[in-house]
Amino acid sequence: MSRVGVFALVCLLCMGNATGEVIHREKSLYQNIEIQQKGDDRCLVFAVRRDDRRQSCFDTENPDRVVFSYVRMTFGGLLLQPNPSSILIVGLGGGTLPTALNALYPTAQIDVVEIDAAVVRVAEGFFNFKANDQLNVAVQDARVFIKRAARLGSKYDLVILDAFTGEYIPEHLMTREFLAETRALLSEGGVVVANTFSSSQLYDYESQTYKAVFKDFFNFKLPASGNRVIIARPAGLPDRETLETNARALAPALTRFGIAIESFPKYLNRRADWDQTAPILTDQFSPANLLKNR
Amino acid sequence: MSDEQVETKLERIGWLVLLLAFTSGFIIMSVELLGGRILAPYFGSSIYVWGSIISIFMVALAMGYLIGGRLSINQPNLGLYGLFFLLAAIGLLPIVFFADNAMDAVFSAIDDPRYGSLLASTLLFFIPTALLGMIAPYSVRLMVDNTRHSGQVAGGLYFVSTLGSALGTLLTSFYLVLWFDMNTILITMVGVLLLAGSLAIAFNRRRP
Repeated sequence: MSRVGVFALVCLLCMGNATGEVIHREKSLYQNIEIQQKGDDRCLVFAVRRDDRRQSCFDTENPDRVVFSYVRMTFGGLLLQPNPSSILIVGLGGGTLPTALNALYPTAQIDVVEIDAAVVRVAEGFFNFKANDQLNVAVQDARVFIKRAARLGSKYDLVILDAFTGEYIPEHLMTREFLAETRALLSEGGVVVANTFSSSQLYDYESQTYKAVFKDFFNFKLPASGNRVIIARPAGLPDRETLETNARALAPALTRFGIAIESFPKYLNRRADWDQTAPILTDQFSPANLLKNR
Repeated sequence: MSDEQVETKLERIGWLVLLLAFTSGFIIMSVELLGGRILAPYFGSSIYVWGSIISIFMVALAMGYLIGGRLSINQPNLGLYGLFFLLAAIGLLPIVFFADNAMDAVFSAIDDPRYGSLLASTLLFFIPTALLGMIAPYSVRLMVDNTRHSGQVAGGLYFVSTLGSALGTLLTSFYLVLWFDMNTILITMVGVLLLAGSLAIAFNRRRP
């Protein structure tokens, strides 16, 4: 066997080891879905290829633990809105986030919008996700849901945008118009939390677009994580002291999820670390998938 | 008519008709591709939105073929041919100026985004696409002079206009949306159609 062949074989083995055992696989209208199990971690994976992205993971032995750092970072939004009574989540994934928020705030009304019915089935079948009276899932395009909700006059204290698989970006959920519609859904003091792109030119464009709609926002990055989470509040951003007070109050309830919220406030940054001359994304101009590769 | 005479006529206006057929093929697919973008803010970008767009384009093209073929029976000429392009240009303008109003009304009236996108596609794309569809059979008629070569001429025209469609699809999705606003692309196409129509009409005047 040639050296290249041996190298390729070794690589295949190490990849197999890294991704774990596939316990379920299905093709949906929108993506290839795979459930992988490695030890206690069970992960939902979209778009299977060499650099596939684990979309959502959950610990079968300790289901409360939030495995992914970007999902943990999403809880940073609670520092600005410690007691939401209505929450909208765009993108279900494995359902970790809505399940945790439902446990934290049992009386809060939580709406989840997920475009892919197969993802809802998989979340129910493999990730213990269950809808209930307080936790609804709408299988719908988020843009349609949000536009409709805004017309009906719905309001949310917390809106979490997490609709990106990493492989394909829904470009109509990246634009100034979409963010303006989302902003219109916020109640007085409502907060938007968005899991966004942290690299490529898209980082600049997306940051500028959020700035155009929300003006100032917290650019939240943790040193050990490659993710960036945007936390915006049209009513204005609180000072560091308020964030720390809220973090202390939230910390005990969040410990069971493995979220060290008290370490978050110092990483909530207002400084613009992107190219501020980048154009903004609009319904007229949103080549997000082309920009992602630049 | 002899083969020589056919060749003379083809040399005379053949290049112009081929160029214009290529242009219409390019624009049909470019608009279709932008259609997905135009509808997404109101109806999402699910598979049914593409289903609406593609089916409406197909029905509109089918109607255009029928009408264009019918109009080509009596005294086919470059003047009427040019008029198709001018009308198609005008037909594209509502997409630029009234798309939001139209989609807003449809969005309010119809809850189901499948039927919403179908109706919106009809309102926005049916007329310009049908007008662009009229060009294909009329092009064949302008270039055909005898039955023996009719299949060959039609084949050549399909070849050119379908290549135009392929290029329109590729350029729009790879580059145009990265470089320009959608309305800029649409307005440019309106300009190109006006130019194409004027060119055909000018040639008609010169050679009555």
